[in-house]
Amino acid sequence: MKKGYLGIDIGSISTKGVILDEQNKIINSLYIWTEGNPIKAVKTLLHQMKNSMSSDIEIYGIGTTGSARKLIGLMVDANVVKNEITAHAIGTTHFYPDVRTILEIGGQDSKMIVLKDGLIEDYAMNTLCAAGTGSFLSSQAKRLGVEIEDFGTLALKSKNPVKIAARCTVFAESDLIHKAQVGYKKEDIIAGLCKSVVLNYLNNVGKGKKIMSPIVFQGGVSKNKGVEKYFKEVLNEDIIVDTNSHLMGAIGIAILSHKYEDGKKRTLDVADIAFETQGRECEKCSNHCEILRIYKDSKFIESWGSKCGKVS
Amino acid sequence: MGDYDIPAHFLLSHIIHNKIIKPKPITARTIEIGAKYSPEFVCTPFKYTLGTLIEGLEQGAKILIQAGGGCRYGYYAELQEQIIQDLGYDCKVYNLVTAGKTDIKRIYHIIKEIDPKASILKALYYGRITKKMVQYMDFIDHYMRENIGFEIEKDSFLNLKEEMLLEFSKVKSCYQLKKVYLKYKKKFERIPIKKPERPLKIGIIGELYTIMEPYSNYELERTLASMNFEIKRFTNVTYLLFEKHKKTKQYLKDASDYITYKMGADAIDNIARAKELCLQGYDGIIHIKSSFCTPEISAMPIISKVCNDYNVPLLFFSFDTGTSEVGIKTRLEAFYDMLEMRR
Repeated sequence: MKKGYLGIDIGSISTKGVILDEQNKIINSLYIWTEGNPIKAVKTLLHQMKNSMSSDIEIYGIGTTGSARKLIGLMVDANVVKNEITAHAIGTTHFYPDVRTILEIGGQDSKMIVLKDGLIEDYAMNTLCAAGTGSFLSSQAKRLGVEIEDFGTLALKSKNPVKIAARCTVFAESDLIHKAQVGYKKEDIIAGLCKSVVLNYLNNVGKGKKIMSPIVFQGGVSKNKGVEKYFKEVLNEDIIVDTNSHLMGAIGIAILSHKYEDGKKRTLDVADIAFETQGRECEKCSNHCEILRIYKDSKFIESWGSKCGKVS
Repeated sequence: MGDYDIPAHFLLSHIIHNKIIKPKPITARTIEIGAKYSPEFVCTPFKYTLGTLIEGLEQGAKILIQAGGGCRYGYYAELQEQIIQDLGYDCKVYNLVTAGKTDIKRIYHIIKEIDPKASILKALYYGRITKKMVQYMDFIDHYMRENIGFEIEKDSFLNLKEEMLLEFSKVKSCYQLKKVYLKYKKKFERIPIKKPERPLKIGIIGELYTIMEPYSNYELERTLASMNFEIKRFTNVTYLLFEKHKKTKQYLKDASDYITYKMGADAIDNIARAKELCLQGYDGIIHIKSSFCTPEISAMPIISKVCNDYNVPLLFFSFDTGTSEVGIKTRLEAFYDMLEMRR
């Protein structure tokens, strides 16, 4: 029997799972869409991973990260629940110990992590606005009638990327429609979009940060060749994109779950667990907190959201 | 704002004979009505205080008291009076401060107008007690911030503080007040804590209202305490009312390599404090403000530079009426991880 460690990164758009062995080498990995239902996505993910995994591996640690980390952590009985910034940094430094800058663009958020000697020195995360993230690119791909997977290759074909207002998605979209109506070629518009993502990222997330090489670009959007090309062009530096660049968060959290192993064996059979949440608005004072109650096998296990702590 | 309603109520109840309506604690509803009747791009404290005033009017208040400061806060009273009157409430708004200035004569006239029977001697007597009370509260708060993250029994600090404030509100003289304070000071020092030799230390600087009203900063201090930070914060009522005017020159001198002139409100104060925290070896600094706070917006790049020069991590938060709590949590957790790793 071999020991394995599972890392799950549940993002707004996609859910990633990775199983590492005791040497932190990837045994198994999977990338599926979250489709607005993290519980269902994780059930599917674990079911598929279990089926494709050799039967002599036993899971001794589970870590969760990403925006649904807390909920899924409860569901799968995780031993580590950590924010995605730390998870990404740990994952990347495992492969690139001397990395200085991590550019990460995901579905709804984008972040920049500055490292020194393998430790986080500084970080930034996009605020309020989702401009220049994966969900913006995929909605624009739909508008242009292009598969998001082909987006990058199409962008590479362009010789004259159009200029697109990068500050705000709403402006970017109207600018894009205008450029399309005037008659610009599709690949030029797509290339312009990729470039606007890069400029937006550097102006918002990267504002005031020292970008030093080696630079690693990761997150779902790093699979987009167009965005990668314009990062190279604008920064005038070499950019590393790992083959597992979309899995870094999951790898990082799996490494952490290995590090903080508690000796308890865990199961991947969560498909049959009835895991439900129930939301309601508390009427006891004028705060109207949204209380979320969580049930596992119809047994109440935890509640979140109460400001006063007296209501569950 | 924070617990300061207790000394404010204490002072007013002893000076004037009118019925004083205790404001309700700030809730989601307060900010909802505040935001509804405020201009969209006004700073967030305007919305909070307007909400509180309207809730007071709903409870039957006829007289409202507002103050002002050295930034847009200086226009709060007039603008809020206009909004409240447009809403059709029958009330009088008294403004204690205009253009950042006030004097004893003006306050005397306001008191006499509100209650002609008010005794000015009593006002001076209780004014002194209130000043002391605020100072004692701030002393205790200072001690709490350094230690609350390490309490063994949950809420032991907060429960004791509540008890102390209740006794504070019943005192009749400075002597009595001091006795109560010393009694509780001992009790606070006796609360069992488990503090490591070198805890992670964090300094909070920024705009005054957001710093002092926990609801408006999404209980930042409580969250930091639960992460076992030792917290330092400079801004409190003692500082703003009794120390600020003496400190400005010193602050300008301390941070003279970064600033030459005053920038309104607490901007230069925060720049100098950032430098002080860096020099004192704090692990990290968090700067918080409400959205659209102009003096702090101009201070932010300078604070960034200070922290860059001393290589101290800095985290900015800008709170609005609809900030996502999850986002704040993620950034704070990452900040904690980073500070711990740097150690």
